[in-house]
Amino acid sequence: MTTKNSFESWLPKLVVAPAFVLGFAFIYGLMVWNGVLSFTVSRMLPNYEWAGLAQYEKLWEMDRWWVALKNLGIFGVGYVGGSLAIGVVLAVLLDQKIRAEGALRTIYLYPMALSFVVTGTAWKWLLNPGLGIEKMVRDWGFPNFEFGWLVDTEMAIYCVVIAGIWQSAGFAMALFLAGLRGIDDSIIKAAQVDGASLPRIYWRIVLPALRPVFFSTLMVLSHLAIKSFDLVMALTAGGPGFATDVPATFMYTMSFSRGQIGLGAASATMMLATVAALVIPYLYSELRSKPHDR
Amino acid sequence: MTAKPSLLPSVGRLLVYAVLALATAFFLLPLYAMLVTSFKDADEIRSTSLLALPAALNWSAWGSAWSSACTGVDCNGLRPFFWNSVSMAVPAVMVSTVWGALNGYVLSLWKFRGSDALFGMLLFGVFMPFQVVLLPMSQVLGWLGLSSSITGLVMVHCLAGLAGTTLFFRNYYAAIPKELVNAARMDGASFFQIFWRIVLPLSTPIIMVTLIWQFTNIWNDFLFGVVFSGTESKPVTVGLNNLANTSSSVKAYNVDMAAAIIAGLPTMVIYVLAGKFFVRGLTAGAVKG
Repeated sequence: MTTKNSFESWLPKLVVAPAFVLGFAFIYGLMVWNGVLSFTVSRMLPNYEWAGLAQYEKLWEMDRWWVALKNLGIFGVGYVGGSLAIGVVLAVLLDQKIRAEGALRTIYLYPMALSFVVTGTAWKWLLNPGLGIEKMVRDWGFPNFEFGWLVDTEMAIYCVVIAGIWQSAGFAMALFLAGLRGIDDSIIKAAQVDGASLPRIYWRIVLPALRPVFFSTLMVLSHLAIKSFDLVMALTAGGPGFATDVPATFMYTMSFSRGQIGLGAASATMMLATVAALVIPYLYSELRSKPHDR
Repeated sequence: MTAKPSLLPSVGRLLVYAVLALATAFFLLPLYAMLVTSFKDADEIRSTSLLALPAALNWSAWGSAWSSACTGVDCNGLRPFFWNSVSMAVPAVMVSTVWGALNGYVLSLWKFRGSDALFGMLLFGVFMPFQVVLLPMSQVLGWLGLSSSITGLVMVHCLAGLAGTTLFFRNYYAAIPKELVNAARMDGASFFQIFWRIVLPLSTPIIMVTLIWQFTNIWNDFLFGVVFSGTESKPVTVGLNNLANTSSSVKAYNVDMAAAIIAGLPTMVIYVLAGKFFVRGLTAGAVKG
């Protein structure tokens, strides 16, 4: 090895060094910093006086935090489950050599190109009681039809679920369809020759083969659900009252409009812990399982 | 396939088409309702159904949404916010793409000891909830004198997008045969020559994917926009949200809908023109490796 070569061997590391230093400072540095803030008495401004677990205790005693968690539960299950279910059904149907498949795919997926704020604004109009869908159905000849979920404390979170599914079902569909296209046709042909019916083939052979895709989609949608912020802000702004608060809007409100920085940081840490518990095992297995095909 | 002819397949097919048609209606309804509403005036909105076509193409709501609707105290429509988004997204997309390309090149073709572990740690940045960075980042931006500025937003988006763009390029470059690089090295090509002459010319598809993906993410971002921007630097998503949530006595739904379409138009146009790359970004974002 000459000196030139040893410089060449250092060069790649030098090139990525700034990215890794800045990237890690951004990810892990700020993560730790936020963690530190969550152990302080910070209110309007960061104040590094140690408070131990006080902010966490306060957090878990707040009704509003529990509402946010319950909403995250409802939203998470509804949004992830609904998107997966609709996505897989649409993918299987589109896989039946459908005319205009391309056009349909484009239609199912376009909401994904839109901002959640746009989605929220649009659905706010559709779900508006008195106008929107309620009025439409009444005009169809059902004058007593009521659809006031958006302003109903109990039901408003389901409006967020509907709009969320509308936004993301096409994404699940796209991933499932890609998975379906990757399945070897000869397995299906063989099963057909054996006399298995098409629904049976899907149920027994094709869908089980999609398990990795299912898992990836579940991961991506779940972490989106936990981070979900824009949609709630645009659709309900957390209201009525704080009935549709989720952890992300809770964090925002506490940190930036209630002057409770320590509490906001604690809630952000809880969000991080949830995502980490979900994603780290997934990333680990994804990175471990692949090297053999390279 | 010589399946016995039976009634079931055609009934089945009919059912398939029926479900697909229903889904099409569900996905198109909001867009349709937005469009027709944006062309109605206030009286028409109250008197006609959600789905009714407007009596005439009345563009006044569009004009208002673009240049005179009120968001809070300002009444300049979405226009200033729209241009803020443009001047934020363009540099942020460029920088994060170039950065991702260089990282991906090293992490796939110039692996060093520990590079996979480092990459794995960086990858967590794709998933982490950005709520964790909001509070410390606003302090950092304050120290740098970049609070409430578009430059600050560009910086945040570059950092936030770094993990994703690196992932895209690294996975794409993993498919380039190592022999190609080794042969070039034998011929005396340097690190940057290989990147410039061999790798980059092969990269057009992944560059497209990354540009489109980053543009969509950054244009659609609301969280960083609402936390880090000031009066003069709010992106269009924040403008739209303020406009649609402005508490005025009379709600102008036609203006809200026109504004929502305006805010969504750039990414929609890209999606329609280059949907292929958009979808590839989606799938690449979900399937790691």
